This record gives sequence, C-alpha cells and structure tokens, in this order.
Amino acid sequence: MNWEYIQKYLPMYEKAAILTLKLGVIGILFAVLIGLFCAVILYYKVPVVKRIVAAYIELSRNTPLLVQLFFIYYGLPKIGIATNAEACGIAGLAFLGGSYMAESFRSGFEAVDKIQEESAASLGMNSYQTMRYVILPQAVSVSVPGFLANVIFLLKETSVFSAISLMDLMFTAKDLIGLYYKTTESLILLVGFYLLLLLPVSLLGMWVERRVRYAGFGT
Amino acid sequence: MPDLGLDVLWKGSNLLRLLGGLGVALRISLIAVVISIPLGLLLGTLMTGKNVILKFILKLYLEFIRIMPQLVLLFMVFFGSTRMFGWQPSGELSAIIVFTLWGAAEMSDLVRGALISIPVHQYESSEALGLTKVQTYCYVVIPQTVRRLIPLSINLITRMIKTTSLILMIGVVEMIKVAQQIIEANRTTSPNAAFGIYLVIFLLYFLACWPISLLAKYLERKWR
Repeated sequence: MNWEYIQKYLPMYEKAAILTLKLGVIGILFAVLIGLFCAVILYYKVPVVKRIVAAYIELSRNTPLLVQLFFIYYGLPKIGIATNAEACGIAGLAFLGGSYMAESFRSGFEAVDKIQEESAASLGMNSYQTMRYVILPQAVSVSVPGFLANVIFLLKETSVFSAISLMDLMFTAKDLIGLYYKTTESLILLVGFYLLLLLPVSLLGMWVERRVRYAGFGT
Repeated sequence: MPDLGLDVLWKGSNLLRLLGGLGVALRISLIAVVISIPLGLLLGTLMTGKNVILKFILKLYLEFIRIMPQLVLLFMVFFGSTRMFGWQPSGELSAIIVFTLWGAAEMSDLVRGALISIPVHQYESSEALGLTKVQTYCYVVIPQTVRRLIPLSINLITRMIKTTSLILMIGVVEMIKVAQQIIEANRTTSPNAAFGIYLVIFLLYFLACWPISLLAKYLERKWR
C-alpha cells in the first residue's frame, strides 16, 4: 500500500466524484420530472398519450443504459443531433430513470383506494383539491422507498459514463491503473469514493422504509 | 431521407456477428443465473435463521455487493485479482464471477423478503393443526414463497442480461464491441453506420429482455 500515491491522486478522485454527483443529480431531477409526467398521464388514462408513455416505459426499462448512451452519443450525431458528452450522459440517465421513477410513482397512485377519491368528491372537493390534499400525500408516502431505491440505482448507473469519455470515477480509476500500475490503491480509492456517495442515500432509504412501514402504508 | 447506414448490416455476415455478440452476453448471464439462483436460495434462507454472526457477515456481503456499481465489481475482479492473488482471470470468467456474486446477493435478498412476508400466523396455524416443521415448510411456507419469488427471479434475469452490456468495459468482445468493429471497418463507405448499428443493438437488447419482462409481469398478476 502506497499512501503517498493515495494522497497525490486524491484530488483527481474528488474532482471525478463531483462530476459523477453533478451529472447524477441533474439526471435524476430530469428523471423525476419525466417520471411524474408519465405517472400522471397513466393515472388519468389520457388517450393516445398513454400508449406513447407505456411504449417509452417498456423501451427504456428493457435496454441497458450503456446501449442507450452509445446510441445518444455516437448514433444521434449522424442524423444531426450533436451535443457534448455531459449533456448526453444527463439525457441518457433521464431517459432510463424516467421510466423507473414513473413506475414507482404509479405504484403510489395505485395504492390510493378509489374510495378516497369518491369521498373527496362527496366532500365537495374539486379535482385539483382531491389531487393536492388527498391523493398526492398518500401516493408520495407509498412511493418514497421505491423512489430512493431508484436514486441509488441511478447513481450506480452513472458508472458507465466513462464509456462516453466523461472523466468520472471509473474513468479516473482505469486511467490511473493504466498509467501507474497502482491497481490496489486505485481500486481502494474507487470503492471508497463510491461508498461515500452511495452509503448515505442507502442508509436514508433504509430509515425511510422503516418509517413508512410503521406508518402503516405500503403494506 | 438521410442515409441511416442500415445497409451495412447486410454486408457480409455483419448481422450474424452482431447476434453472436448478443449470444456472448446471453451465455454469460445464463451461466450466472443458473449458479446464483440456488446460491441465493441458500443464502436467503440462512439470513432468516437465528445465527447472529452468520447473519451479520451475510448482511455485510449483501450490502457491499448491492451498493457497489456492478462495473466497480468487475474492475475489482478483473484488475484487482491479478495484483492481489497473482491470478489473471479472462474477461469472460471475471464477468461470470461478478454476475454470480451479484446475482446471489440480489436473489438472497428476494428470498429473505419473500420468507419474512409470510405472516407469523401462518406458522402458528400450521402448528395448531399439528403439522411438523418439515410439513409446515413443504405445504405452507414454500408454496407461498415460490409464488412471490418466481416473477421476481425472472425480473432478475432481465436485469442480468442488461448488466452484461458492461463487459465491454473489461475487454470482452460482445455486441457493442462487434458494432464498433463494424462501424470502423465501414467508416469510408457508409459514414452514418453508427446510427443504424446502435439503433439495431438497442432494439436487439429490447427484443431479448422484453418477452422475459412480460412473462414476469404476467405471472405476477396471475399469482397475486
């Protein structure tokens, strides 16, 4: 074990971790927006659009992110849609994550009984109020554990960004292994930084899941 | 209509080569699934047991494998084992090792979840009916667990197939790698091949995973 080496290259990993985190967070934000949009469309059963949304969900859930990224990064420029690597990474993560988020939100909406909606209507609430005060609060608390699981999943998936030459943690580790043959140190730093990124979210997820279970939701 | 570079597919045996690449990915995931399902069943059952130390070790293993991106695990086995044990596994072997370890961890968590989702009163009722421990498991617990487990394990297979796309990064020649070779070779004659070929790969992965997902969804609905 070479501590000097670790100290020397720590800043490189820090930079890479920040990039991973930045792309991950932006990508997940877009994924949440897409997911919410899709879930609402499916909930209200909007004709035609709901078919497109369903097709999107199947397409994105049944293909790997790596393949999606290659298509976005190398394929799309050939028909004139060219962007930089960072935008491609975010777009890929949002495309993949959107469907996963949609599924977790949809299961939340499904968990709210029809009777809740009817009771709200009989109390004289309009459809906005029903959504805002009755359905959303219950749906959200059911979908929170699934949502956090998706966040972890998507943060993990960012590890393939190195394939489209983004300087993320994987890229840095592979680069350093190739340059200096300090395999053990590079791998330890890699694992350490991923733990640093993922462990807090994972612990939060476990805690929330327990809370939701106590609250009697999600049974 | 711009040139989408789809004609490259029909040149020589390009399409067959692509399918061969998919075959490599499918073979690796099949081997990993076949080993990891029984392993996961065993580990999952052990996790519901009473031995605290064993449970702690298993939990540590499970959480570590699940929290690390699969690509990191691949790097650890592929690059790390050479340095640490002086043993150099091929890319394919590393992939099988990683996906088996990962599959077993995921599977054991599914098994544990299915086992603890059986309410205590099921055990108590069986006892009240005078069933022995073996009878309780054979006739009451296992049938209920299996019903919950089968759709979830089928889903695990699709996840496995999707994750095998990562083996590109440790130098195994699979579908994306073959695609890169084809695109490079035809760079001058059809410069737009990247669009067509990557689109085809996207669709091939979809066609490999979608039927399996549908089956899982169907079983889940049927056995609810």
